[in-house]
Amino acid sequence: MAEQDLKVVGQSVLRRDGMSHVTGKTQYIDDILLPAMTHLKMVRSPLHHARIRSIDFSEAEKVPGFVRAFTYKDVPKNIYTILCLIGVGPDEEPVLAEQEVLFKGEQIAAIVAETEEAANEAVARVRLDLEELPPVFDVEEALKPGAPIIKPWGKNHFEYEGHHCRRIRFGDVEKAFAEADYIVEGCYEPKPIEHAPLETTGCVAKPEADGRITVYTNTQALYFSMDNTALILQVPFNKLHFVGGTVGGGFGGKVDVIVEPIAALAAMKIGRPVKYLYTRSEEFNVSSTRVAYRIYFKDGVTKDGRIIARKVISYADAGAYNRHTPYAVTKHAANITGPYMIPNVYVDAYCVYTNRVPTSAMRGFGVTSASFATEVQMDKIARTVGMDPFEIRLLNGYRNGDMRPYQKVVGDATLVEVVQAAAEMVGHPVREPYKSMHSWDRDYSPERHQPLQAEEV
Amino acid sequence: MASKIVTFTLNGKETEVMVKPFTTLAKALRERLGFTATKCGCYEGNCGSCTVLVNGDPVLSCILPAEDVEGQDVLTLEGITPQEGLHPIQQSFHENYAVQCGFCTPGMIMISKALLDKNPHPSREEVAEALSGNLCRCTGYDPIIAAVEQVAGAQGGNHG
Amino acid sequence: MAKVRGTGISSVNYPTGMNLGGDPTQALIHMTTTGTFVISLASTDLGQGLKTVLAQIGAEALGVPMENVLIDTGDTDTGPHCMGTFASRTTHRAGNAIIMAAEEAKKTLFEIVADELEARPDDLEADGTGFIGVKGSPDRKIHLVDAALAGHFKYGKTVAGRGIFFKPNLGVDPETGKMDPDSTEAHACVVAEVEVDTETGDVKVLSLHSVYEIGRQVNPALVEGQIRGGSVMGLGHALYESTEPYYPNPEHRAGGFFEYILPLAPDVPEMEMRVLEYPSENGPFGVKGFGEMTANAPIPAIVNAINNALGTEISCHPVTPEVVLRALEAKK
Repeated sequence: MAEQDLKVVGQSVLRRDGMSHVTGKTQYIDDILLPAMTHLKMVRSPLHHARIRSIDFSEAEKVPGFVRAFTYKDVPKNIYTILCLIGVGPDEEPVLAEQEVLFKGEQIAAIVAETEEAANEAVARVRLDLEELPPVFDVEEALKPGAPIIKPWGKNHFEYEGHHCRRIRFGDVEKAFAEADYIVEGCYEPKPIEHAPLETTGCVAKPEADGRITVYTNTQALYFSMDNTALILQVPFNKLHFVGGTVGGGFGGKVDVIVEPIAALAAMKIGRPVKYLYTRSEEFNVSSTRVAYRIYFKDGVTKDGRIIARKVISYADAGAYNRHTPYAVTKHAANITGPYMIPNVYVDAYCVYTNRVPTSAMRGFGVTSASFATEVQMDKIARTVGMDPFEIRLLNGYRNGDMRPYQKVVGDATLVEVVQAAAEMVGHPVREPYKSMHSWDRDYSPERHQPLQAEEV
Repeated sequence: MASKIVTFTLNGKETEVMVKPFTTLAKALRERLGFTATKCGCYEGNCGSCTVLVNGDPVLSCILPAEDVEGQDVLTLEGITPQEGLHPIQQSFHENYAVQCGFCTPGMIMISKALLDKNPHPSREEVAEALSGNLCRCTGYDPIIAAVEQVAGAQGGNHG
Repeated sequence: MAKVRGTGISSVNYPTGMNLGGDPTQALIHMTTTGTFVISLASTDLGQGLKTVLAQIGAEALGVPMENVLIDTGDTDTGPHCMGTFASRTTHRAGNAIIMAAEEAKKTLFEIVADELEARPDDLEADGTGFIGVKGSPDRKIHLVDAALAGHFKYGKTVAGRGIFFKPNLGVDPETGKMDPDSTEAHACVVAEVEVDTETGDVKVLSLHSVYEIGRQVNPALVEGQIRGGSVMGLGHALYESTEPYYPNPEHRAGGFFEYILPLAPDVPEMEMRVLEYPSENGPFGVKGFGEMTANAPIPAIVNAINNALGTEISCHPVTPEVVLRALEAKK
């Protein structure tokens, strides 16, 4: 559709929720106050890796305002089913820990009380008898023989249909390395990051008169959360009613379905609304983080600066449980060549378990780390061959019609154009032939090579 | 310990609230009095979301005991919102797209009001400095700074 | 002791959507008796503004003013399925679903108007101001409200539409990694300028120049909002942020905002940005998703700039003062 025909798309319309936000009328989870509402606080593991011998609630039960404690025995199907609805498994994270805990902060028991203070006091008085087990924190250590094994299938990594990692095999890297003029290696290590939205993760579950449960939640995925909660509660899917859609910042941190199932269960069992909202301390100490990686690069480069081979061994730290990380690793492996045409690619991307807070989705999800590694490596390559950093990117940039290492044909490529525009913006001279390159160099089509009026901001 | 009644001026009106000892002003406002425009991002005085004005000075209401405002003048976001339309600072935030998820917005608006009441024509650096106790994860701050500068530029004398 | 400056660039791609279980999103549209179109969804707005952007797409697809479009979202009882807001997918998927639903709704609406104006549906156009009329005949037109009333009370027709975005799930070949993981790719190039204090290790980002190519901007102000917000989040990743500053050693985990350093208002660098639009083949009006990539692109540009300034080969982030000083030490 030509730009001049559009009337609304392309206009800087004022936000529809702007007036509500600036008057403070927008309702977030913490603003929900219901009659007879109770508060859920979680008993959490103080150790990185331990066997649970016993839990003693007797002192906790004496706290005035104590309502009820829940353990794994109360959970009808005590397993998170984050991706099972779409056939990705295995599901292995319990809603409430059974015999073992795998990270410091793992959920062990839920306490519901009349007030937050009472719930916190009761949690503090729960006595845990734990047998400490050796933890493993390093992704490569976790894969060595003799490392403490923390998964029931006997390995500290996710199995990708019988393979120990996500694999990309494209062309012949070893042959290309032999033909390369330079071998450039690097090790890239982005650390775990917290989403830190200003609104913490949480929900209020409310039993309705007709037997249904309404869950007010700041999840980023309503149906996903609802369906997983129904599976855990073993109730018909339509017994649940999830309401939300206005989230005080997400960034990928509110897709783990961690708070809704236990809150909904508690509401169902005690017949009163239950609020489970993370404190800021929980958000930092216990909620999932971005995946940390250790990525080994080996590139074969010609003296004119073309990357002809890339071999990557990448270790993603999933933390104690899967959550979304197996999929992150797939996305990471696919994007490890960045926006570049590399004809020979070999990737082994591991999803490794360690005794830390599970990692999960965060803004950029698998690609953040791939982009980081690829781009810092690219500058290293530029220094090695003595090329300008803009020009080397233009040279290697993928074009429409190129084949990606995961065997998809490139379409909608515009890498060349953004690099040229950035060079122009900062006044960095770009010489020929780089100046005249474009994304249709190899698949020219004048109708497609028609940008809209580029916007200056 | 026994609850007590705190009497103070809230948004220009004499107000009484009964609180247990150590109840924070934020909790008193939000849960006891129903003034939920003040948001709390951390409940430990580190993010600035809960900023309200006490006698014109910005305070972190999530760590201030409610008892401490006995006899004082408290202003929240509800207090600057007119019956119709928007306060100039609110209007400027809206027009400058200085809001995204909206959670930090009440605190940002109150700290901006505190700044502009004392320094009606701040420099950009002064605006950024004044906002440096308020976290925002969504906007990248510049649109908020621009919104405050626009109000400062527009006001001859007082801005309300 | 010196303050040294450096420049670094990064150029990145970011895929729109994902391909797990088909990545579906649905939209339902119904018109009220007085010409308002309610678009029912279950998509979540995280602050990026989809309640506004999707209304724009709906209004455009229906040919009506924005004032005639309401977005009703966030309720599983009334909104049809949406996979969720992540993977930079929502504008693309929900937008496409809305366009499809709008086609169906418009078809019935035009049939009603055709009867009212004694014309053929193919000769009609919606002018975007609230009227539907015969092309080339400015006097033969009817206002939406009148068309809606006629539709409901004279002809007994429902003006409604259903839409779904669905991408077949093709899986991943475990041997070779062959897959089709996304719908399109957006691109960006960021140039970062930094100043490093070689005595303290402090890094200041002086400027970020960014070019983004995102298919089509639905709302340029909100696009700018994503670039600004993402740039600052990326700056945080590059210089300050980690829950485990000594990873893989889990000690000294950051437990709050007092320990986890986030960028503040005075930390924001000078920013210049430009948005290019090469409409994608399958996005709604050519849109490409891009909300995540704005945080990705600045990170390596900043780290490259630090390495450029210092002649080091730092390859981790965050590049804290300790990382800088250790890298300078290692260089000696």
